[in-house]
Amino acid sequence: MIKYLLKKEFKQIIRNPFLPKMIFMFPLMVLLVFPWAASYEIRNLNLSVIDNDHSTFSKRLTQTITSSNYFRLTDESASYNQALKSIEKNKADIILEIPADFEKNIINREGTKVMISANAVNGMKGGIGMTYLSTIIANFNLTLISELYPEMAKSNSSVIQIDSQYRFNKNLNYQVFMVPALMVMILTLLCGFLPAMSIVFEKELGTMEQINVSPVPKITFILAKLIPFWLIGFIAITIGFLVAWLDYGLIPVGHFYIIYTFAAIYIFAISGMGIVISNYAQTLQQAVFIVFFFMMLFIMLSGLYTPVDSMPDWAQWIAAFNPLKHLMIVMRSIYLKGSNFIQLGGELAALLGFAVFFNGLAVWSYRKNN
Amino acid sequence: MILLLMPVIQIVLFGFALSQEVKDTKVVVLANTSDDATRRIIDRVDASEYFDVAVVAHNSNDIDAAFRDGKAKLAMVFEDHFSENLKHTGKAHIQLIADATDPNAATSFLFYASNIITNYQQDLSPTQTNSGLITPEVKMLYNPQMKSAFNFVPGVLGMIMILICAMMTSIAIVREKEMGTMEILLVSPMRPIYTILSKIAPYFVLSVINFATIMLLSVFVLKVPIAGSFISLLTVSLLYIFVALSLGLLISTLTSSQLAAMMISGMGLMIPVMLLSGMIFPIENMPVFLRFISNFVPARWYIDAVKTIMIKGHGLGAVLKDVGVLVLMGTVLVTISLKKFKVRLS
Repeated sequence: MIKYLLKKEFKQIIRNPFLPKMIFMFPLMVLLVFPWAASYEIRNLNLSVIDNDHSTFSKRLTQTITSSNYFRLTDESASYNQALKSIEKNKADIILEIPADFEKNIINREGTKVMISANAVNGMKGGIGMTYLSTIIANFNLTLISELYPEMAKSNSSVIQIDSQYRFNKNLNYQVFMVPALMVMILTLLCGFLPAMSIVFEKELGTMEQINVSPVPKITFILAKLIPFWLIGFIAITIGFLVAWLDYGLIPVGHFYIIYTFAAIYIFAISGMGIVISNYAQTLQQAVFIVFFFMMLFIMLSGLYTPVDSMPDWAQWIAAFNPLKHLMIVMRSIYLKGSNFIQLGGELAALLGFAVFFNGLAVWSYRKNN
Repeated sequence: MILLLMPVIQIVLFGFALSQEVKDTKVVVLANTSDDATRRIIDRVDASEYFDVAVVAHNSNDIDAAFRDGKAKLAMVFEDHFSENLKHTGKAHIQLIADATDPNAATSFLFYASNIITNYQQDLSPTQTNSGLITPEVKMLYNPQMKSAFNFVPGVLGMIMILICAMMTSIAIVREKEMGTMEILLVSPMRPIYTILSKIAPYFVLSVINFATIMLLSVFVLKVPIAGSFISLLTVSLLYIFVALSLGLLISTLTSSQLAAMMISGMGLMIPVMLLSGMIFPIENMPVFLRFISNFVPARWYIDAVKTIMIKGHGLGAVLKDVGVLVLMGTVLVTISLKKFKVRLS
């Protein structure tokens, strides 16, 4: 029985003028374009300097800052107001004001203050820019001390030396962060949207009635709807692996079979959810809107852009019921850290739970009689 | 229903849930000799709002495991005999290792952790002034608390309006075509322009309601004030709604099925709006090619204008460029779609 149903499903997919192309093009498009656009990598911040001192030291400070990768000197303003104007026009992101007695106060050891004003309309960008700039200034400070007062640096009674290290992503490459997560998004969109449309589509066409009067058991029918999406998901994720490797040189530290296992469970869960929605929706438009709504919620609360840890507690609680979040953690862990099954046990259990729940609901909520 | 609810949920989500502030990040600590100084530093780190000491490791393998389990995002490794070294030789080492899976978060972790340690050191020997030859003084303009809502409210506005006006309008018109009722409307004595206008009207009302809800929510719930004049904000918004409606009109004249209209609005509008409008991701960091494309996304100009008026508090004069571009886009879109529409009639 299921053989014939599967045959029908595959025929429907292949004969669709749009679907087969989408299965191949969608992962390609997303992985080729998104990592470039969807980047929070903060580089090349525009810096406006107000140098009231015009001394060797102030020039050195400016130079130190611009020689880092993070800042680009856009203009040197004469006054704070003028600098503020360039922030208003979005020409500058951050202002550094060096006071008039900068050099004098350094030499006579009195200490001096520099003003950093960051455009914080985008709080994240402003905050990170401020972090970078403060760090550079602190380092410059240390260099000056060891240059000018080597005796002071030595006589220093206690110094804690901090040695910082970035693990798993040494170059702080943002694409490494995004690409595994985007594969999750591709899986979600393909295997969530398409099943949601499939049953409604049959309802609209009227072919659903024919299935309903046939002796097909409910579970067989749902299974026949689900299996094609498994295949589609596997094709999509394999394309994802290839693009990640060819375009970004990314190869998972962990094993492929772990990813495939997780992906298999995940696709099962998310397409089950799609089927549930399509069981309840009456029209295609309804189905699409409901799925869209849930996808939006899931994607926003998945940790794709912002860490789940930073969310308020209620949002973290919702996120725990978000299958996307779990697979996102899995993908990143396997790709970057090489985690194994035992270390990802919690996620495995959660995803299995979702899979059973949604598919149970899908079979239960499918009614042959309306 | 969903159309009225969506902006509410999005605003709440974006406003509260999407933040990148460092809060209770789990820390794994490795200190082989537990002494006075290490304990104090660990206490300080634990007490700060940024960190939470979750795991105590006994060797470097534990740290690795904690990272792989996702139990910790930052590791602090104290050298052996930390306190003694600090007292006798005056030098002691701490190693900070951040899980850089998320690069930006890792940068912040290291910055905050280093600050805590430096503060401890300064308290240890308050007489030392040398560490502060240059002290940076920081000011966050427009958004001192660095709330993410300040960035997202204009973005959500831009997205919701284009979604409702363009997507819903196009679908509504195409549905009539699909059902065949469009023919009836066109042969009726009504002038086509009125047919179109009446189709558009409900969505226009809807978007104005949504605009009002978003404004109320952002001012009273998210506490994002309207710094500039409300009138100029409204003017720009009406202009944007006009552009979005004409875009919807254009899509509806180009397509003949609901599914196609949905796909075009979904693929052609949603994704560019989310990605290329500066709503979430800063445009300046994108490659030149994408920055060029972003010029053709109406939401980009609208969001920029809203940010300038609403957050920074400038008048209409500061957004002349944005307004100009939007007017141009609106005119071009309306001209094209009216032309196309007449062709269909003949």
